[in-house]
Amino acid sequence: MSKVATFDTRAEADLPVATPMAYSFAHSGAPAVTPQSRVVLRERPLQGHLILRGGAIVLDEAVRKVLGINLPGEPQALTLDESGQRSVQWLSPDEWLVIVPDGEAFELETALRHELADAHYAISDVSGGQTLLELEGEGATEVLMKSVIYDVHPSHFKVGKGVTTVFAKATVILRRPSETRWELVVRRSFADYTYRWLLDAGDEFAIGVER
Amino acid sequence: MFIIYCPYCCEYREEEEFHPKGQAHIERPKDPEACSDEEWGDYLFFRDNPRGVHHEMWVHAAGCRKFFNVTRHTVSYKILETYKMGEKPSVTAESVAATTATPESVQKEGVRA
Repeated sequence: MSKVATFDTRAEADLPVATPMAYSFAHSGAPAVTPQSRVVLRERPLQGHLILRGGAIVLDEAVRKVLGINLPGEPQALTLDESGQRSVQWLSPDEWLVIVPDGEAFELETALRHELADAHYAISDVSGGQTLLELEGEGATEVLMKSVIYDVHPSHFKVGKGVTTVFAKATVILRRPSETRWELVVRRSFADYTYRWLLDAGDEFAIGVER
Repeated sequence: MFIIYCPYCCEYREEEEFHPKGQAHIERPKDPEACSDEEWGDYLFFRDNPRGVHHEMWVHAAGCRKFFNVTRHTVSYKILETYKMGEKPSVTAESVAATTATPESVQKEGVRA
C-alpha cells in the first residue's frame, strides 16, 4: 500500500448534491422528449471519474484484477464491462480514463493503490471536474457532425472508440460505447455551454432532454 | 488547414487540435554556468528561419496532449514527416537536397502560391 493520503470526496452527511447540469436544466431549458424527437439527450450524473497514469503493463494487470476490464492498449480504444456501467478509455500513451457508477470511485482508487503498491503511477479523482452526457437516437450522429471537427461517420468512428477532440471550440472526450449511443465527457465549466450548443444544434431533430 | 498525423494517436487529425511550439531539437547547454553570453543567448533567443525543410515541435493540445516533432517545408508548407519526441528525423534538408527533383517542384509551387 502506498503512502499517498487519500480521502473519499463524497460528503458523508446527507447534503444536497448538484450535478454540473443542474444549473442548465433550470436556466437553459430542457425540451421534453416527443415522438418526433430523433435525438435524446441525457446526463449520467455523479459518475466516478478516475485518471490513471503510468505504464500500460503495470496498470493493465491491476485494472484487470480490480475491475475485470482489460486496459485498452491501442490508441482511441474504449473498453466496457458486461453491464456497460464501467469503462476504461485510452487518452494518451500513458493515460487512461476510468468511469464507474456513483460511489464506486473511492473504493476503486483504494483497491488500485493497494494492487499497484510501489509501482510508478498516479491516480487522480476528477469526478467533480467533468460530467457525462449521452446522445441517443438516429439524429445523434448528425448533431455531432455539426459540432465536432472529428469524423464521426459510422464507417470511421466504430463502436468501442473514444477520442479527445474539439467540440464547438471546447475540448470534449467523445466516445461510442454502443451502436446507437454516443457519450460526451465535458468539463464542468463547459457543461452549460455544451448543453446549450447541443440544444441549438439538435433543434432541427426535435431534441428532447431526458431527466 | 493542415491534416496532421499524430505519432501518438496514430491518426490524422485536424490542425485545430494542435499548437505549434517552435523549433525542435534545441539542446540546453550541459553546463550553463560555463557558457559565454553569446552561447546562452543563442540557446535562449535565436532560432533558425530556413527557407526549406524545417524541424519543429508541435503539441496535440486538444487530443493526447503529447509533444512531437514535425518536418515541414517552409515554402510549400508541406508536412514531410511527423515523429515522436526523442526520435531522429528521417527527412532532413540534406536528404531532400539529395533527391533534387522534389525540392524544385515544391519551391515553384510555393512561389506561385
